[in-house]
Amino acid sequence: MSAPIQLRSDETFTLNVGPQHPATHGVLRVKMEMDGEYIYKAETVLGYIHRMHEKMGENRTYAQFLPNLGRLDYLSAMAYNHGYVLAVERACGIEVPERAEYIRVLTVELNRISSHLVWFGAFIMDLGGFTPLMYAFDDREAILDILEGVTGARLTYCYHRFGGVYNDIDDDFIEGTKAFIPRMRKALKVYENLVTKNIILMKRLKEIGPVSAEMCRRYGATGPVARGSGINYDVRKNEPYSVYNEFDYDIPVYHECDSYARYMVRMDEMEQSLRIIEQALAKLPEGPIMPAKKPKIIKPPVGDYYQAVEAARGSFGIRIVSNGDKNAYRMKLRSPTYSNMHLFDEACRGMLIADALAFMGSLDLVIPEMDR
Amino acid sequence: MSGYLSEILSGSKSLAVGMGITLREFFTPKVTLRYPHESVKMTARYRGHIELIEDENGEPNCVACGMCQRACPSGCITLASRTVEIEVDGKTKKKKELTQYDLNFTTCSLCGSCVESCSFNGITFSKEYNLASTRKEDFHFDLLKRLKERNS
Repeated sequence: MSAPIQLRSDETFTLNVGPQHPATHGVLRVKMEMDGEYIYKAETVLGYIHRMHEKMGENRTYAQFLPNLGRLDYLSAMAYNHGYVLAVERACGIEVPERAEYIRVLTVELNRISSHLVWFGAFIMDLGGFTPLMYAFDDREAILDILEGVTGARLTYCYHRFGGVYNDIDDDFIEGTKAFIPRMRKALKVYENLVTKNIILMKRLKEIGPVSAEMCRRYGATGPVARGSGINYDVRKNEPYSVYNEFDYDIPVYHECDSYARYMVRMDEMEQSLRIIEQALAKLPEGPIMPAKKPKIIKPPVGDYYQAVEAARGSFGIRIVSNGDKNAYRMKLRSPTYSNMHLFDEACRGMLIADALAFMGSLDLVIPEMDR
Repeated sequence: MSGYLSEILSGSKSLAVGMGITLREFFTPKVTLRYPHESVKMTARYRGHIELIEDENGEPNCVACGMCQRACPSGCITLASRTVEIEVDGKTKKKKELTQYDLNFTTCSLCGSCVESCSFNGITFSKEYNLASTRKEDFHFDLLKRLKERNS
């Protein structure tokens, strides 16, 4: 790494990145104080797409709030719905049939791959390479077709229900997924040769955007950002939920703390998700997809409930405070990118602006999820 | 110095490998469709806007119970009904009849809660996805009228 640059606070100018900037992938505004090409400090300004999802959770019934969860992170909507139904099931004590849990895991993992593929394409595009986006979207299309066939939607699935799932999966889904696994494995090899080993990518990412483990802890960063800094934390392993206990998979951890490490974590995670899908398909039990006994009106008993799930971008938590009413008294959504974003200011100081945008891409930001 | 040279060599090789992959793409089949001339068929479970289901007489299955209206998170559905007396086996019975079923598609988020809450097989998803207009009023659907138009 080059020697730290001595920046002068008295000769800076302000540079606005966003709220409409292609590199922020949404309406995020970053107010950068620049000393020439170097960033003196960067203030992130949020709120351009704030939709009061938490408040909506408090003035709607539990079932009515369910579609909202897919609108937080529209790229991995499945995991968010999963977290919410798990939280409500925990609160109400609803038993979920095993088959339903397997279907949930299958869809969540497929969705995780599709989310990482969007990130992969968009991230390389941020760095100036357009071609990989086309490859990634081609493979993502296969996942979207599989999920559309079973859920009826391509992005905002709203497929999980309290107690189970909306529809049972059919043979098309199983055959499609079975055909997709070898296809994706082949595609991952192509990505490795096309992008991962590319000298330009390495020069742009290696030793750029250092995020130490200590910084991750201070800001509460989770997911691939933390795992790229050597923190072995994944909610699926650390606080197992659903049926994740029954699968054999690894959590990729890299200790380099740079943008390349975060890139590698996500590329490896796709392979691990494929492993989970493979095992889930092999073990898929027969049975109902909805419990026989389920309360008609969801009214959790008075109390405080929390459930975290591993979404594509990190740990997503839901806290429901119930006063025994049809509506929640308090609905707190803890979204991963909100925490991941806030280390940007500290980490990007003294960085070249071109590197800072590459670093921002490696954090994998989804703005609607940050603002909620 | 030798590290510098080997990096140039391995770097050039990595670029050549990448170019080889893109070159191969020239000979793979096309995956896109020429959209206005061809289009994809929607899947059986595709969730479009809702549509009323009719019985064998062409009348809506809907009994105007209002469950869909209550299930809707955004309040897109408004329905009205009147009570009519019908004769079944010589006895007069009171029955609700649907007189109005409005869907405000501008606020609908296509979650499907309405279809799920219906226990009379009254509504279903249409497979329509080519909806575009510059006027808001085009998305206020009168579903009862649409049903009648479908039958005529």
